[in-house]
Amino acid sequence: MRLEAIPAPSLARRVGLPAAALAATAALGSLLALVAGAEPFGVLGLIVTGAAGSKFALLETLNRATPLIFTGLAVAVAFRAKLWNIGAEAQLYAGALMAVLIGAGTPAVSGPLLIPAMALAAFAAGALLLLGPALLKTRLGVDEVVTTLLLNFVMLLFISMLLEGPLKDPMGLGWPKSEAIAKEARLPRIVTGLRLHWGFGLALIAAFLVWLLQARTTIGFEMRAVGENAAAARFAGMPVERTVVLTALLSGGLAALAGFSEVAGLKGNLTLDLSPGFGYAGVIVAMLALLHPLGVIPAALFVAGIFVGADSMSRQANVPTYIADILLAAALLLMALAIFLVRYRVARD
Amino acid sequence: MTEPGEGGEAVLALRGITKRFGPTLANDGIDFELRRGEVVALLGENGAGKTTLMNILFGQYAADEGVVEVFGRALPAGNPKAALAAGVGMVHQHFTLAENLTVLENILLGGAPLWRPGLGAGAARARLAALSAEYGLKVEADARVGDLTVGERQRVEILKALWRDARILILDEPTAVLTPQEAEALFATLQAAVAKGLSIVFISHKLHEVTALASRVVVLRHGRVAGAARIAETDARGLAAMMVGAEVKAPALAPREPGPPLLELEDVTASGGRVGLRGATFALHGGWITGLAGVSGNGQGALAALVGGLARPETGRMRLEGREIGADWSPRAALAAGIARAPEDRKRDGMVGDFTVAENAALETYRQPPFARRGFLNRAARKRFAEDLIRDYDVRGPGVEAPIRLLSGGNAQKLILARALAPSPRIVLADQPSRGLDVGAVAAIQARLIAARDRGAAVLLISEDLDEVMALSDVIHVISEGRLSPPFRRGTMDAAALGLWMAGQGFEGRDAA
Repeated sequence: MRLEAIPAPSLARRVGLPAAALAATAALGSLLALVAGAEPFGVLGLIVTGAAGSKFALLETLNRATPLIFTGLAVAVAFRAKLWNIGAEAQLYAGALMAVLIGAGTPAVSGPLLIPAMALAAFAAGALLLLGPALLKTRLGVDEVVTTLLLNFVMLLFISMLLEGPLKDPMGLGWPKSEAIAKEARLPRIVTGLRLHWGFGLALIAAFLVWLLQARTTIGFEMRAVGENAAAARFAGMPVERTVVLTALLSGGLAALAGFSEVAGLKGNLTLDLSPGFGYAGVIVAMLALLHPLGVIPAALFVAGIFVGADSMSRQANVPTYIADILLAAALLLMALAIFLVRYRVARD
Repeated sequence: MTEPGEGGEAVLALRGITKRFGPTLANDGIDFELRRGEVVALLGENGAGKTTLMNILFGQYAADEGVVEVFGRALPAGNPKAALAAGVGMVHQHFTLAENLTVLENILLGGAPLWRPGLGAGAARARLAALSAEYGLKVEADARVGDLTVGERQRVEILKALWRDARILILDEPTAVLTPQEAEALFATLQAAVAKGLSIVFISHKLHEVTALASRVVVLRHGRVAGAARIAETDARGLAAMMVGAEVKAPALAPREPGPPLLELEDVTASGGRVGLRGATFALHGGWITGLAGVSGNGQGALAALVGGLARPETGRMRLEGREIGADWSPRAALAAGIARAPEDRKRDGMVGDFTVAENAALETYRQPPFARRGFLNRAARKRFAEDLIRDYDVRGPGVEAPIRLLSGGNAQKLILARALAPSPRIVLADQPSRGLDVGAVAAIQARLIAARDRGAAVLLISEDLDEVMALSDVIHVISEGRLSPPFRRGTMDAAALGLWMAGQGFEGRDAA
């Protein structure tokens, strides 16, 4: 048995297989609910209503999708150029750190420039964090999977040190958290009264801009060419190393915007549980999106919806929360498998 | 005892082997016999069908027609296990060893039964030591294969075959990757093996090796047996003529005087590939096709890298229209200097498989107007350009917005050449431009090269196909072991004479001079 690429998958294949994955997830969810003693078919309804059944639920899902769009974009951009950035989690925290450093206490920048300054500083910090692994890769051939992955732990420990030390909120009752950012440093809501901040809007704009860059500019052409075939890109006269470094700067910066958006739009301060693994989930989002920048948006909404819906379902149906975890993992695996099978078939020799 | 190859029993016989790949006839009714204790060389140019024939014998391909008999018994077609069991061992051109395992582990791999894991490592070690002493194949049983030199790896491959009691050994271009010293050691080993009763088929296109080792030679050309002879009754010149064919295509180009030298190399050494370049001097003249004949892996890669902008000379000079190349010599600089390139490995270097035909058409020019302005791509201009190219060059495929990997090799090559020749380049580097293409595509591509030459461009044609080089070139250099022969004007040399230079003869006198 071996895998065979399908040159031009049919529409039926592209729609049918992901639908089948959803159906299989649903079936598995019912089975698990049955085992846990709940009404099997009610569970699925609870997930859907939990994710999108009310205004509150929907906004919760959109809020949850916001950092996933940023990290998903970060990973999609990098993977497209065959730069395996597994460090979006660290870059996210680097961005969150900059947001707090500039926005907390008495902000150094005032007025309408404050929020852009926080965003720019966050982007720069994330970009710089990935610059090191990118240079090590292009200059010395060091595997960036290892360096970026390990930087996640370095960064988390660094943040932990800061939160126990210089950044510790004196009013925090001993909890390791930073001071809250100033009121004018907070991202406004998109619609007054609705709990959805502008981070979501920024994420959509970022996805569009990344798509524009990749599909319509010479730099994006180089990024894609280097990723698909670096030897041919070099032979055609493209600056391969420079392209990898540029990609790294963009990817790291995008991931950092997730941290900025979480701090400035939602949490208001920096804690060690700011991200429940948004950086790692970004890899899943990017893979589900087939690395397409615009595809990242529905992929992030899907992942966020399952996060939120499964969580809500476990509370309502009174089943253990780990059923939600299993369902989430199964949904992601099955969807990834379906998307893979859209383009490949298993052939027998 | 009978003299080897004289009256010995036939250990191997191929009768009427025919194999087609699509429209290509790779083997056409081939008969072949190997007797006990003899070395038969299978000689022929690349694409002559040697490797296909041996893969049929070893069971990796099933022949469309014909039978393989080993020790008088027909082998089931397409079954390597049966071939192994019958005593046929094959040493491939590209080794099939696991680099992270030791020598001993590699030899046991696939042979040792899985359900008896403890099968005395000590006994195995002793047997390996005995084998290696018997045949003079020195290896360290516990060395990691990844740490071995190429020559040592080859010894492991041969030992692997002997371990499985091979009585017939097939060696596919065994010296292609070896240094001359390693090659001599290999020959000594093989002679020892023959003395112990092994029979060997030795695939090569190097004349001097064939005459040094084999007792008999069978020459293949275009999938057929072109001739057979006992080594004692022939010479290198006769073999060369048999290999490349006496007939040479009629000249398809009108003679003309050369233009000025557009690219000159002066005593250039460069690394790259197995041998690199050793003191190469030559000039590419405008209005001429300069052919570079030679067996692949003799320095062509290093020369192409130099001209294409991927490498710089280590010593010596390289001048473009009289001016020495700058420190910023790169593919981009080469393109800017008006050098068009069709790479040897077109899939790896010439195209991005998942990009569309249109994107590949602008792969080298994407950042110039009209394909881009202010950093933004103009996709409409790119598409028009690609449509013009596929019309002019008759590139057939599913359209300019389809991925280029869907194109056949010939059509992809036409597109690469079309793209390269579109800006009317001053210099054209065509590296194996017609390798693997069908007759129609070959003719189309050769016509384009001649058109570029007639326009006044300097064309460097690197090809292993001596017929092609002789038919297209105004002047020919032969490359062998990184050295360049003097230029031979069109019509002054025949295939046999060039074949001798390709085999490395002729350089000796020059080195001494």
